[in-house]
Amino acid sequence: MIKVENLSKHFGKIKAVDAISFEVNARETLVLLGTSGCGKTTTLKMINRLIEPSGGKIFIDEKNIFEQKPEILRRGIGYVLQNNGLFPHYTVAENIAIVPQLLKWDKKHIEKRVAELLEKLHLSTDYLTAYPNELSGGQQQRVGLARALVADPSVLLMDEPFGALDNVTRSKIHQEFKALDELKRKTIIMVTHDVQEAFELGDRICLMDKGKIVQDGTPAELLFKPHNDFVRGFLQEQRLQLEFKAIKLHDLWAWLPAPQPPKRGAEITDDTSFWNGLEQFKFSASETLNINHGENSEVRSASFEQLMSAFYQYKKQQAHE
Amino acid sequence: MNEQQTLWDFMRQQSDKLLEQTIQHIGLTFISLFIAVLIGLPLGIFITRKKQLSGPVLGIAGILQTIPSIALLGFMIPVLGIGAKPAIAALLLYALLPIIRNTFTGINGVDAAVKESATAMGMSKWQVLFKVELPLAMPVIFAGVRTATVITVGVATLASYIAAGGLGEFIFGGISLNNTNMILAGAIPAALLAILFDFLLSRLQKLNLKKLKTAAKILPLLLISLSSFYWLPSAYGSKLKAGFTPEFMGRQDGNLGLQNKYGLKISTVVISDAVMYKAAYEKQLDVISGYSTDGRLKAYGLVVLKDDKNIFPPYYAAPVVRENSLKKFAGLEKILNLLAGKINDSTMTALNYKTDYLHESPEKVAKDFLVSKNLWKPAGNGNAGTVRIGSKIFGEQYILANMYSMLIKGYTDYSVSTKTGLGGTKICFDALTNDQIDFYPEYTGTGLLTILQPSSKTVDSLIRSRDATYNYVQKGFQTKYNIKWLKPIGFNNSYALMMRKKQANDLHIKTISDLKRYLESK
Repeated sequence: MIKVENLSKHFGKIKAVDAISFEVNARETLVLLGTSGCGKTTTLKMINRLIEPSGGKIFIDEKNIFEQKPEILRRGIGYVLQNNGLFPHYTVAENIAIVPQLLKWDKKHIEKRVAELLEKLHLSTDYLTAYPNELSGGQQQRVGLARALVADPSVLLMDEPFGALDNVTRSKIHQEFKALDELKRKTIIMVTHDVQEAFELGDRICLMDKGKIVQDGTPAELLFKPHNDFVRGFLQEQRLQLEFKAIKLHDLWAWLPAPQPPKRGAEITDDTSFWNGLEQFKFSASETLNINHGENSEVRSASFEQLMSAFYQYKKQQAHE
Repeated sequence: MNEQQTLWDFMRQQSDKLLEQTIQHIGLTFISLFIAVLIGLPLGIFITRKKQLSGPVLGIAGILQTIPSIALLGFMIPVLGIGAKPAIAALLLYALLPIIRNTFTGINGVDAAVKESATAMGMSKWQVLFKVELPLAMPVIFAGVRTATVITVGVATLASYIAAGGLGEFIFGGISLNNTNMILAGAIPAALLAILFDFLLSRLQKLNLKKLKTAAKILPLLLISLSSFYWLPSAYGSKLKAGFTPEFMGRQDGNLGLQNKYGLKISTVVISDAVMYKAAYEKQLDVISGYSTDGRLKAYGLVVLKDDKNIFPPYYAAPVVRENSLKKFAGLEKILNLLAGKINDSTMTALNYKTDYLHESPEKVAKDFLVSKNLWKPAGNGNAGTVRIGSKIFGEQYILANMYSMLIKGYTDYSVSTKTGLGGTKICFDALTNDQIDFYPEYTGTGLLTILQPSSKTVDSLIRSRDATYNYVQKGFQTKYNIKWLKPIGFNNSYALMMRKKQANDLHIKTISDLKRYLESK
């Protein structure tokens, strides 16, 4: 768990970050979203003390981070950068092994862990002795992620981690990112200016502007209960797509057809986003979708039309609230 | 072919000396380089941390770089004396700039994202420096060391000016002695050293990033071992220490004559005459080879030892003029001869004293003298052609060149261009024979021994007589080079050994034979 209280950073007279507070629960992904210069990256870098704040407090798992030595603190926090920051003079294996080396793990342990991560990230072991400039952008970013995860830190900070990738590679890595079990155990703070990415990967989003948090909430809250016009305006573009991504199937539960004998069709869980639900029709070519309720093992089946209809009814209700 | 043969012969004959000088040269280069890396690398790293200091530090290193080498060596003498210490100090100052600047540039050039990720993963400042910044900056730093190496090999030739040895001894000796083989014997190995070291370092630089870690460890070891090549020129072991110019060292009427005719054995270093007198005055040296009319004799309280065996031939000064120029500029000969017989030894010493010690300009000294002799006239309109006057690089020649310039301007309508500071005899004489200048003041002894170089038998027969020498060089120059010796100016600026007056008195040394007896006494 990360707790940030009244955090400020002033560069001369400019208040880059102005007394913000937020919390990130364990195993939650918080996205700091905003335009360039809104203070999101500065906020992120204060959490591993790459930037020392002008004021405020930060606690990770109840511990005040300013009472620890910065080097020791950082070894316990994974960090992924936009331009990956891989050491060009180290091989892939050496790059991934940097933190374990600092932590003085024994050699066997390091080798085992590096191999394990490579497999999870779908990188061939042939790359172990390659240098970063011999890899593609997507591969480099995976190595960067492996490097951040290698010592299994409970906290992961990501500064526009997929910003330098092309759209195709990015959406592929997004899928992998969501599927990676290692990441499900982590408390993650991710900085991005990409609204789609924020909605796709974030459990919660802090929308920032001019050093302050404008709204802190789930993607659906930001969409349907915006605090002000800034939030509304920020999400205006591609709004429909955002809504598709923000709404989970269990949000629509009330409007789905009543239980019937199971039909042949794709099986998904109710925490799937509406967007991904629709995509299932495309991929599986089946007429119906069987949605499992996560808590009471209830199953509802819906066709494409029924799903769309549920979506519109949900929206209608939101508008009346 | 013949030229190459003799160069080879020369190098073989002098192989001991050549080897010694080469080793000294390598040693000098690498001691300086090693210290420069020791200072420059940390300083370069330091200013990447304190950026506001980078301007001043690089600025000062840049200014040091622009100081002429010989001037820098000169500045060092009062502080560090002569020999290896000031030479190393001066060389390392020259090597500093490329090392500091490339270290600074190299480290600044390391990708900020890489540095940030290194810090973010929990590396300490030192770990970031040694594991990330230095390895990645290494190619640029290496390039700086390479530049510094080449500069240092080149500048190290000047170390011979202040008795630190090296290949400069041959180069500058050769220039003074008009000996092309000697120049090449120094210059070729020096050039080869520069190329060789640059090549070796470039190989080291080309090793891939991985091996650079090892290379970075090898470099200091290499520098240390090469540095150890150098030892101080072995100049200790006799009661007195002599400093002779490169020219004097190689001449029959110089050190060779002292050894042959007097049997003088004294430990000797090679030194530039620009700093020699001062070194004697500051007791860095006891015996020096000077010129008998040098103003610094008076300035530094030195006394000439009598040449009781007459090994130093007469050096009467007279203008040497191209015959063609005499034809081209009618009346020039008459004007130049206005000075004939006007300046004797003590007058010349006094004039030199004014420029060398009282720091009056040669122009003023020349004018004052001409006025006192009622020879000075205001300049004419100067539209009848330009007479080109040459001179060697020392005060007396500057004064004479100025006097001639004023006389020509005052008595004729010619204008004058002076090319003062034409290195040694060889450079001056080549300028004359190649029609770059019309005349310059030369000395009979130099004409005889450096330019005509007759057999030693002829030399022996001429050397004791002023007139015989003059007649011989006049005839020789006329037939060989079509150059005319005009009438002697009067003074005899011959070679001389000199010592501090007080020391000479205390030791009762008046002649060179006295000096020999003193050195041989227990």
